[in-house]
Amino acid sequence: MLDVSIYGNYETAWCPGCGNFRILPAVKKALAESNLAPHQVTFISGIGQAAKAPHYLNANLFNGLHGRSLPVATGARLANHTQPVIVESGDGCSYGEGGNHFLAAIRRNVDLTMLVHNNQVYGLTKGQASPTSDEGFVTKAQPHGVFAMPFNPLAVAVALQANFVARAFAGLEDHLVAMIKQALAHPGFALVDILQPCVSFNKVNTFGWYKNRCYVLPDSYDPTDWPTAMVTAHEWGDRIPLGVIYKNNRLPFEAHFACLQEMPLVRQPVSKAKFQELLAHFQ
Amino acid sequence: MGRQDVTLLIGGEAGQGLVTIAMILTKALVRSGYYIVVTQSYQSRIRGGHNTFAIRISPQEIIASRAAVDLLVALNAETIHLHQAEMSPENLILVDERFAPGHDHVLKVPFQEFASDRTVNVAYLGVLTQLLGLNDAVVFQALEDYFGAKKPEVTAANREVFAKAIQWADDQHLPDTVRLAPALSSQPRLMLNGNEAIALGAISAGLKFCAFYPMTPSTSIPLTLQAAADTMGLVVEQAEDEIAAINMAIGASYAGVPAMVATSGGGFALMVEGVSLAGMTETPVFIVVAQRPGPATGLPTRTEQGDLEFVLHAGHGEFPRAIFAPGTVEECFHLSRQALFLAEKYQTPIFLLTDQFLADSYRAVVPFDIDALDAVRVGSDPAAVPTPYRRYAFTESGVSPRLLPGLSEHLVICDSDEHTPDGHITEDLTVRQQMVDKRLRKEAGLRAEVIPPAYVGHVSPDLLLVTWGSNRGAVLEAAALLKAQGKKVAALCFSQVWPLVPGHFLDHLQSAREVVMVEGNALGQLARLIRRETGFYIPRHIRRYDGLPITPEYILEALASGAGAVR
Ligand SMILES: Cc1ncc(C[n+]2csc(CCOP(=O)(O)OP(=O)(O)O)c2C)c(N)n1
Ligand code: SF4
Ligand SMILES: [Mg+2]
Repeated sequence: MLDVSIYGNYETAWCPGCGNFRILPAVKKALAESNLAPHQVTFISGIGQAAKAPHYLNANLFNGLHGRSLPVATGARLANHTQPVIVESGDGCSYGEGGNHFLAAIRRNVDLTMLVHNNQVYGLTKGQASPTSDEGFVTKAQPHGVFAMPFNPLAVAVALQANFVARAFAGLEDHLVAMIKQALAHPGFALVDILQPCVSFNKVNTFGWYKNRCYVLPDSYDPTDWPTAMVTAHEWGDRIPLGVIYKNNRLPFEAHFACLQEMPLVRQPVSKAKFQELLAHFQ
Repeated sequence: MGRQDVTLLIGGEAGQGLVTIAMILTKALVRSGYYIVVTQSYQSRIRGGHNTFAIRISPQEIIASRAAVDLLVALNAETIHLHQAEMSPENLILVDERFAPGHDHVLKVPFQEFASDRTVNVAYLGVLTQLLGLNDAVVFQALEDYFGAKKPEVTAANREVFAKAIQWADDQHLPDTVRLAPALSSQPRLMLNGNEAIALGAISAGLKFCAFYPMTPSTSIPLTLQAAADTMGLVVEQAEDEIAAINMAIGASYAGVPAMVATSGGGFALMVEGVSLAGMTETPVFIVVAQRPGPATGLPTRTEQGDLEFVLHAGHGEFPRAIFAPGTVEECFHLSRQALFLAEKYQTPIFLLTDQFLADSYRAVVPFDIDALDAVRVGSDPAAVPTPYRRYAFTESGVSPRLLPGLSEHLVICDSDEHTPDGHITEDLTVRQQMVDKRLRKEAGLRAEVIPPAYVGHVSPDLLLVTWGSNRGAVLEAAALLKAQGKKVAALCFSQVWPLVPGHFLDHLQSAREVVMVEGNALGQLARLIRRETGFYIPRHIRRYDGLPITPEYILEALASGAGAVR
């Protein structure tokens, strides 16, 4: 186990009391406990308050566009599949703007760990509805309340039989650390949806609101039982389950490539002899 | 004896085996030592419609297609009807006798006498072998190679049909209207189209990653890469959309491998935010845009040069770029390499603009000198950078040492937000301005490496034809034909359209009595760009935007009719 201090301590641009302040140390702890030194991990983030999180710790980082963290992560991981890659962003970025990539990433099953700070709102753009906002959630952009049915990322991930689907809560640090560590250790695509209070723009889903509803799934819960996982993923409202909701063991995407068996692409030389052979096919 | 220049056009419905006959014949021609220029024209459908595959053939080097057809191979009656007007004076039409057209030069073949529906392609090839005067063993070998390993019965059946067709042709004492003069060279050549050459050029430069979403006429680039992926060690991924494709390529490039995307106008439209991301994060990426007529879905399978201004301006904000526009299949190969080298060296998006005509145009290409084809060296030496490493350290050239994440203890931090030299998000407006200047300083390096346009012909001509990209062959040939008529003529052909360096060409424009711009679009996009960059106004234009490629004849007719004057 590494010392958490190696990930540094930085000033942030978040509002005082924001749930993100609970997630940042949990991520550092999970990295330390997973023995990943700063240079041994690459973060890929999008745009939003959550997406700033990896700027506030020591690690490699590609902070890309709003909604596009997953495809960048996919490319980065395929170029060097010996480097752990963590995708970190908000609910709007991950499930709204990047919704198509979310579906494709689950199906592809590249070995990525996706951490979504789910505050059920667009924080950075000052409080519009997000795909996970509850029906009736009132904002300046949705003055009569949200009409659309909320996107349930866990149910979608379970429906697509993602390799690892978990929910955590920013207010339950040890559990959150455990979820991130398990996601990092699990091969293939791993989602941790993290319930994160936004104190500035979500006055409904507050710390207290989540605290009163969240419960940790018991040890007897079997995350490999798909029908049960489907039901559990749909549980929302009075009671909200936390924990590993579903686990699968499909082969990670990168394991299918013959050319990636020996070493990652980034270390492979270009063979002139093989190129010569290739050209011969065109004669 | 024999013809020095024959244009053969095979026409029929999609699904009739037209491409099979054409591909085998083209391969045999290349192996026999002929030069070829292929023009493919097809409809956006898998069955039916009317498609053509034209092969201009010569023992001499040729660089353009011709509109006039010498040998028409009509797989249906409609083909004769549609192409009769294009026939040259010395022509022949080859047709199955079941279509009985009233035409003077028609050679009717009783194909059903010696071939079934399944083997009729083989029979066509047999008759064509004799008509063109090719070596039957070469043609049959090309046929065997095309179909790959087959059951012995199938090979035997094909051989029998082929022999019968040749025998039939011999018995007819065929006219020698389209018999080719013997080929002069026996040097082995490659049969490559523009897209294959782009893919091969990229592989030779060390490309390791390509993401794409299928879109004609770009798709054969990733497909060529995919066919080579297992042997060459490439990952070629069909992305969920073009937005994902370019972001994947950027991710792969960030992690340390040369990466590309290939698409056409509509797909590129989706990539545009990613282009800007590459510019801001200073991530190398190679982007091929294979043009087809727009706007929107346009004419999916036809050709045009309508996206120069789009590609030049694509991406919000200001950042440097270079745009290549190859004029030949060889240039497709070499400029694809150059694009990957420049992308890595200047850490910015580099483009290659091609089009359907060049993408699908097969040529006979002299094999590349493999020893001279070095691969891109990705990233800087981690031991040579000061600690703490700063991904966007200010430098005189604007290029900062680029390290790769995970390959050293240095942290590599890139940001699409404006950032400090260490890669972290900032709103310090002084840093902002310094970063813009740093990124734009890279343009000086790119300008110093611009490939000047090729100038061919008289030093102070009466007529200067200017063009870019795939029209090069047509323009050079039109100029040569005019010169043969005693005209003082020259051609100026751009194979890099951005940055433009006026010192490379302004003199030429000013020394000509008349300058005529030849472009495959309706607005004269390069002419407008030249005016913007130099002030030089080109008053006369030959433009084509009906979906077909510009040919030498098209240019000569437009000049003769006085078309294209000021507008
Ligand atoms: C293409 C694009 N569209 C819109 C935006 C503006 N934008 C920035 S962040 C954001 C929403 C952020 O919401 P979320 O992802 O939930 O992150 P949060 O701020 O809540 O953590 C939007 C719409 C953008 N940066 N890029
Ligand atoms: S707006 Fe909300 S999510 Fe963003 S920092 Fe403030 S409290 Fe946190
Ligand atoms: Mg949010």
